[in-house]
Amino acid sequence: MRGHFGQRLLQVLPTLLMVSLLVFLLQQLMPGDPALVLSGEEHDPQMIAQIRAELWLDRPLPIQYLHWLGGVLQGNLGFSWHIRQPVVDLVLTKLPVTLQLGCMAFVIAVLIGVPAGILSAVKRNSFWDYLANGVGLAGLSTPNFWLGIMLILLISVDLGWLPPSGYVPLSEDWRMSLATTIMPAFVLGNAIAAVLMRHTRSAMLTALDQDYVRTARAKGLSETVVVLRHALRNALVPVVTLGALELGTLLAGAVLTEQVFSIPGFGKMVVDAVFTRDYPVVQGVVLVTATIYTLLNLVADLLYVLINPRMRGA
Amino acid sequence: MRRVLLAATAITLLALTQAASAQEAPVLRIGLREDPDALDPTLARSYVGRIVFASLCDKLFDINEKLEIVPQLALGYEWLDPKTVRIDLRHNVKFHDGTDMDAAAVKYSLERHLTMQGSARRGEISTLDHVDVVDPYTVKVSLKAPTAPFIAVLTDRAGMIVSPKAAEAAGKDFALHPVCAGPFKFAERVAQDHITLDKFDDYWDAKDIHVSKVIFRSIVDSTTTVANLRAGSIDLAENIVPSDVNTVKNDPKTKIITSPALGYQSININVAHGDLGKGPMSNVKVRKAFEAAIDREAINNVVFNGMFTPNAQAISPSSPFYNKDIKTPGRDVALAKKLLAEAGVKTPVTFSMNVPNSPVSIQTAEVIQSMVAEAGFDMKIKSMEFATSLDAGDRGDFETYMIAWSGRADPDGNLWNFDHTGGPLNYPAYSNPEMDHLLDEARAVTDTQGRIGIYKKVAELAERDLPIMLLYTPMNIVGTSAKLSGFVPVPDGLIRPQGITIAK
Repeated sequence: MRGHFGQRLLQVLPTLLMVSLLVFLLQQLMPGDPALVLSGEEHDPQMIAQIRAELWLDRPLPIQYLHWLGGVLQGNLGFSWHIRQPVVDLVLTKLPVTLQLGCMAFVIAVLIGVPAGILSAVKRNSFWDYLANGVGLAGLSTPNFWLGIMLILLISVDLGWLPPSGYVPLSEDWRMSLATTIMPAFVLGNAIAAVLMRHTRSAMLTALDQDYVRTARAKGLSETVVVLRHALRNALVPVVTLGALELGTLLAGAVLTEQVFSIPGFGKMVVDAVFTRDYPVVQGVVLVTATIYTLLNLVADLLYVLINPRMRGA
Repeated sequence: MRRVLLAATAITLLALTQAASAQEAPVLRIGLREDPDALDPTLARSYVGRIVFASLCDKLFDINEKLEIVPQLALGYEWLDPKTVRIDLRHNVKFHDGTDMDAAAVKYSLERHLTMQGSARRGEISTLDHVDVVDPYTVKVSLKAPTAPFIAVLTDRAGMIVSPKAAEAAGKDFALHPVCAGPFKFAERVAQDHITLDKFDDYWDAKDIHVSKVIFRSIVDSTTTVANLRAGSIDLAENIVPSDVNTVKNDPKTKIITSPALGYQSININVAHGDLGKGPMSNVKVRKAFEAAIDREAINNVVFNGMFTPNAQAISPSSPFYNKDIKTPGRDVALAKKLLAEAGVKTPVTFSMNVPNSPVSIQTAEVIQSMVAEAGFDMKIKSMEFATSLDAGDRGDFETYMIAWSGRADPDGNLWNFDHTGGPLNYPAYSNPEMDHLLDEARAVTDTQGRIGIYKKVAELAERDLPIMLLYTPMNIVGTSAKLSGFVPVPDGLIRPQGITIAK
């Protein structure tokens, strides 16, 4: 067990190193000179040269990379070229925002997707099944930004129920915080709800055909108990795995959703940084995201070992 | 136990509701089209940053709605000779940290613009040689060469005076907590979200300030901006796109305020920049044919709902420097065909246009594409992301390049860098000694009438050679809540908080 853990941990570092190198190189492929963008409208050649020198852009690429990496090893992700704040500070203020949005979106997705999936499996080929499938398909095929804008127009402008955009931290005012994030969380959760619904449905259909379900019914158990306690428990295993995989969709979706709702999270930060060629921010965000991902994967692997004793010998 | 819990919950909820409904003095919430960059007048480069500075940092001079230079932190100026100007300062002005805004602070700030590492002002005031403190309220500024636009430069960030004490203490971190002498002082910034400024009670012109705070929120999406304005989440949106104007007008809760802008939309034509500057467009007859094939009025009607002003000059029609004798050319397909025949080029003349990928620019390019096709041009649109297009422009990797300029109050800011040989924004690599001479001369002459005469000639020459074809002068379109009053639009598009009131 300890050996397994150590081995896995050792694999994390090269992965992160590769990711950071890849991002660094990809940025070099991006057309557009950061010094030109940073010099503003006037493009004073003297200033452009000075920016290049100041940001080490006039040094060879390997030196630039090692300079950045050296900083990272000391816990310094560098300074944003655009707004001149430390990248670490930016990450620490933006990460909780996207995490809150992501968690709320996930809860919404589960609350909608799983019951809808159960309903359509239990009432197979009924009106409810078709309705759930239709809504699910619509959810999958609706672009995030369009749904976002429509919700803003309907709920904020016409009905005036919720603020149309912006963000208030949970610690500052939890009610306003929920009010500002519920719409984007719904938009973000909507597509995942559709995926969850369809998978719950097919897993439930399989489970309901199993022998143990027939046995449970034969014992005279009520249909609710059969569905929720016997069939659902087994059907949920693949659904949970899928839910974890959909976390990636969540982060990708956050990029667009945060833009539409002006939520100052990770997604908005990375988009703005790409457009202003703010390389330290892009690199910092990708590195932190990759670290979180890799560590979560590691935790999942370890949990798997803990749950499944047969893995321990491996 | 249960009762205690219930009571506690009730009290908490009551407290929460009361906190939310507490009456506060009016707050001005402004929606910006993007997040500003560094909030240091010396380092700042973005346009939206200037909107924040209008509330945060006063300048030596300002411009008014008629584009006249008016005093702000200064009381007046006098040219002692073409290279020396005396500036008299306002008395009893305090910085946000309580220190005095005096001649020493002006000297410090101007020299900071000139010498600080990473200064974005150096190019604007490169003509500055040194500043002498004459007495606490007078400075004498000496220039390296006669530079008439110098005072106009001081109406923008180069004229902003910062607290020397605070700037020295903060060093490179000054942008994180700027200290100036404007009507509002810095309170908080959450990057990509909002900037909050609190009213400065010791402001020299405090009687004109009627709100307790200004909050700037960056909202990138134009539809979201309008939604926020209509839902009452912001009081003023500094940039409403023409296609949203009717929505804002038709809502009784909101209104539109417009003013002619200082900038322009242009097509840079590569006349000599690298290999792509040797194509058919390097022939002036082909360029004139291209212009004759374009209907500026139609572009304005189709893309901008007729709100902008078709214009063929780099100077806004609202400026006293505008040359009224030059008529904006209309469309004449027969003339275009004739010019192409005279030029002896094979038709269709095939060329490409680099276009930044904003919907409005692409739409404009598409309209042009179909217009010029009738005259014998085969125009390909290369849409690219903005930073990429800048890079291509700088390298001469374009045949034609559509790019907008935000504009400056003094004509020099709209012309020298673009049309002078070797100018940093002269993408076409246009070079004409006559033009160079005129542009330099206009910098050296200090009387306005003399400059107006020179810029008339500049406009005629630019129209004759046509390295940069101007399309239109845009409008600053500001959307505000119907409860907001007292906002005076100035062609530079900045939101000056003086005089703005918000009814409850």
